Amino acid sequence: MSNININIEVHHVTRVEGHGNIVVNAKNGVLEECRLEIVETPRFFEAMLRGRPYTESSHITSRICGICAVGHATASLRATENALGIEPSEQTVLLRKLNFHGEILDSHVLHIYMLVAPDLLGVGSVIPLVQIAPEVVLRALRIKKLAGDLCAALCGRHTHPIAMAVGGFTHYPTTDELLALRARLVDARADMDATVALAKTLPWPAFTRETEYIALRKEDEYAFIDGTVTTTDGGRYPISDYRKVTNERLVTHSTAKHTAHKRESYMVGALARFNVNHDQLHPRAKAAAAELGLTPLCTNPFLNTAAQVVEMIHSIEDAIQLIDQLVARGIRPEPLPAFPGKAGEGFGACEVPRGILFHNYPDAGDAGAGV
Amino acid sequence: MIGDLMKPKVAFFDFTSCEGCQLTVVDSLQTHVDLLDAVEIVQFREAMTEKGEDYAIAFVEGSISRASDEARLRRIREQAAIVVALGACAHLGGINAIRNAQPLDDVRKYVYGDKADWYETYPARPISAVVKVDAVIPGCPIDRDEFIGVVKALLLGKKPPLPDYPVCVECKRKENVCVFHKGGFCLGPVIRAGCGAICPTCGDGCEGCRGLIPNPNQDSMSDVLVKYGLTVADMLARWTMFGTYQQMEAGS
Repeated sequence: MSNININIEVHHVTRVEGHGNIVVNAKNGVLEECRLEIVETPRFFEAMLRGRPYTESSHITSRICGICAVGHATASLRATENALGIEPSEQTVLLRKLNFHGEILDSHVLHIYMLVAPDLLGVGSVIPLVQIAPEVVLRALRIKKLAGDLCAALCGRHTHPIAMAVGGFTHYPTTDELLALRARLVDARADMDATVALAKTLPWPAFTRETEYIALRKEDEYAFIDGTVTTTDGGRYPISDYRKVTNERLVTHSTAKHTAHKRESYMVGALARFNVNHDQLHPRAKAAAAELGLTPLCTNPFLNTAAQVVEMIHSIEDAIQLIDQLVARGIRPEPLPAFPGKAGEGFGACEVPRGILFHNYPDAGDAGAGV
Repeated sequence: MIGDLMKPKVAFFDFTSCEGCQLTVVDSLQTHVDLLDAVEIVQFREAMTEKGEDYAIAFVEGSISRASDEARLRRIREQAAIVVALGACAHLGGINAIRNAQPLDDVRKYVYGDKADWYETYPARPISAVVKVDAVIPGCPIDRDEFIGVVKALLLGKKPPLPDYPVCVECKRKENVCVFHKGGFCLGPVIRAGCGAICPTCGDGCEGCRGLIPNPNQDSMSDVLVKYGLTVADMLARWTMFGTYQQMEAGS
């Protein structure tokens, strides 16, 4: 037995969204405590939605998270539509996918450049990098502005989306706006080449930990909206069976619920999506993965950030293709569907930047959404 | 008043919120990188590791929704010469206060069942319910340009200007078709402008995230409601999304 003693207490982990503390205690080489404490206040969104019009659900739940506001709104709309028996039009599906890529780009570029890279470059934040490596910061801001502008053209703004509604949109981008965004997305390929080059130089910790990876999967595309809940330990579930996968339990040290499927825990997010859906990535994204040494099944959790680089390339390519499709077919205003008169239970799921997200409304009713 | 007027130290804090307003601050750098030359950011947990406690201006995002957070907010108030409420949660209570209209015990049990006692909470409040607030940047989220405008005013030692006219004014300037005319509902006639009427411009009615204007024209609002066959009750129901705290205070 070693005589190593460790006593780590990080009070409020920085450069993350939300408040978390880390506690690690080891005595004589034996781990006694290892905890991530989420010390956020509880929000009670489930209760907030009760008795309110179903049309408000996506606007209220987007306020769960400023980073993945579009993701929450999308999952909420899918759950409400599922409850009401509304099928969105092909145009709505295309616009939502394009909008979602904006959020993936926005969140990933923030995480890669502003939250993670400072650690690996030995600085406390992105601010000193403005002096040391201005081209890196300007590149990050350029990609982030593109992502934000993409969402703004589709839904008004990324945080918090306005034009996304049950069954459609209340505002549409013009062809000129889409073509201008397309040109910037094409230009962003060079920025992503530079991002891959940067990611290759970062000193990623060599650490592997086998676990279960869970993500949505679709037969015809790299899934972000809808799909089947799929795990690398074997198993596929319809979204309505999500509870068989999440098995949420409460713990005293954290306001965030814990989940487990076949092991003590599972991982979600970019690396989980890569491990589950790598075969469906765009060829450019696959090439970037190969260059970054990312091969499925990758069990180094630090490489979640590398998987985000790969996903950004996929999102840029798919966004270009979606714009081509939308411009070719032409965008027409479509009336929002009326309330169909009755509602049941609804389920919706998306792959928001940091992992699988479920919205489940037991009784969408004609007035109250419920959760 | 705020120390080195040439480059004051500023800090960002958050309580019960989505942190979207602080993200909007980060996004404001896309067009105003020079902001980093004008102020020294000494604390911004969401974006930086360094942590200084000698700030002159504190931007506070989020509502206060548990007793144990009050001491932290009071410490911020003691340190900062200027406390700015950043966004609707800090300014109004906002979305967080929707649940205030339901019995607290019921809310807690609905979400956490028999473990409800594990998680401390009380009805959500704006930060002004706990400490004095010197300036407000309204909105859910805040508007990037308005944030820059407020910082500029503070650097000049001025009180940040906020429009005291309603969203309708900005909406008319944009030549939008009136939301009421399209059969929707809008709080634009009584809510503070400054957002560029972004929601009506994107086809949705104003939800009231920026709070009421100082002297809303109630007669005009009533006329609009009557014209479109709507009631004050409809308006108040819509205003509960961001204004539940204000409505409950007014009613108590």
